Amino acid sequence: MIDPSQIAVDVKNVTKTFDGHTVLNNLNFSIPKNKIITILGFSGAGKSTLLKHILGLMLPTSGCVEVLGQDLTLLDKVQLREFRRNFGMLFQYAALFDSMTAIQNVTFPLREFTDLSEDQMYQKAADLLISVDIQEVAFNKLPSELSGGMRKRVGLARALALSPHIMLYDEPTTGLDPITTKMVNDLIVETQKKNISRGMTSIIISHDVRATLQISDFVAFLDRGNIVEYLPAPEFAKSKNELVQEFINL
Amino acid sequence: METASAPVKHSWLHRRISKIGKQVIETIDGLGHMVNFTGRVFYWAIRPPWRLKLILHQFYFIGNKSLLIVGLSGAFTGMVMAYQVYFGFQLISVDSLVGPVVALSLAKELAPVLTGLIVAGRAGSAMAAQIGSMKVTEQVDALEVMGINGVQYLAVPRIIATTFCMPMLCCLFLFIGNIGSYFVGTKALMIDEAMYLSKLGEFMHMSDFYQGVIKAFFFGFIVALIGTYFGFGVTKGAEGVGKGTNQAVVWGMIFVLVLDYFLTSFLVKIL
Repeated sequence: MIDPSQIAVDVKNVTKTFDGHTVLNNLNFSIPKNKIITILGFSGAGKSTLLKHILGLMLPTSGCVEVLGQDLTLLDKVQLREFRRNFGMLFQYAALFDSMTAIQNVTFPLREFTDLSEDQMYQKAADLLISVDIQEVAFNKLPSELSGGMRKRVGLARALALSPHIMLYDEPTTGLDPITTKMVNDLIVETQKKNISRGMTSIIISHDVRATLQISDFVAFLDRGNIVEYLPAPEFAKSKNELVQEFINL
Repeated sequence: METASAPVKHSWLHRRISKIGKQVIETIDGLGHMVNFTGRVFYWAIRPPWRLKLILHQFYFIGNKSLLIVGLSGAFTGMVMAYQVYFGFQLISVDSLVGPVVALSLAKELAPVLTGLIVAGRAGSAMAAQIGSMKVTEQVDALEVMGINGVQYLAVPRIIATTFCMPMLCCLFLFIGNIGSYFVGTKALMIDEAMYLSKLGEFMHMSDFYQGVIKAFFFGFIVALIGTYFGFGVTKGAEGVGKGTNQAVVWGMIFVLVLDYFLTSFLVKIL
């Protein structure tokens, strides 16, 4: 049982149906603060739908989602938009704005949501880029000129620009080579460590079981809209749940 | 023992009617989505933040970058019109009216409609392609996650810029078209310069000019609305971007021509 004040995300009795098809089925699930949690599951299990509910991009058919103590179902669209600034998200393919350079991508959220001067924005963006190991020579390169790993790092720097309380990673290592995969996983752990003092929580949606077990504090397994297993990472590997074992041994 | 029932085979006529019905429903559904999108555009256009920089950037792309193609089209349209009208009017000895006829045709119809078609082909397709590729690479989702509305950030500046750029481009088309007509009429077809200009002043009124400019304003709005609408509607990767771009151009042009009829029937009564 998690102390309520230490819960970052609380999914309560959430059901989501699309045209009579139930994607999330009376889901109950709490994510503690300051931890790395990975949600695993087969394709079509409802992972992306769950992620969109946590972000408030989708509202449940019934039930509620509380993030940092705020029930998202009670917020109007404008409030939801403002609340979303608590999130940072690293997309599967980084989703950098292709008309902007690396540094412009990172200054973008700062320009939109802060009153910093151009110099201050540049300095903050440069610090963020350096913290994710992007050298100054790459600052003015367009995303198309960067490698997959560099794009992920720039994407992470952009996601961290507004100091989010919750970092979401959507399939962060899918399609990457083993070396880049390790680099991204190390980056996730480092980012979490660096931001733990301000209570940051990391939520990862992934298929990568091996990496998941290495970097996560907790692992949840989603199947047909329900969490069927939710354990600390070392125990998750020994789970007796057949589906989990099937997934791990794939 | 249960036996699997054989699939019902419908007659040719039944299948045709079903297909037409499906297309009608899809078209109505599409129009509904477009009305909804238009509503969202107005909703977000009147809400801060107003991103002036983005609007100016789009002004540059839609206006400045279209100057050459609009200018060239205007010049050659005016020149060709002068020839065609001259050889027709010469038969009834009213070749001195070439100037006003070309000017009126350009001001009321050709300048706004051709500029609309050019902008639909150039800027409308670019809007659909840009937004569509942003959609399939999750850049639009990234905006939403940051708390920025995609319609407000991507569609509104493009629509505002195109709506206000189009009348200016139309004026440019009209101006250069008339210069082209003047040179062909007076230098190649040997119409008396003084006669050309005096007839132009006699028959051409400001209301004719306003008619074209008002049309261009609405054409700009509709072309950008359709371009951005099909951009946001893109799904299924690169193939979807191509399809969305194609639809933006086709529907943009169709809407310009259809809207032209309704605007003309309305404007001739009030101007």
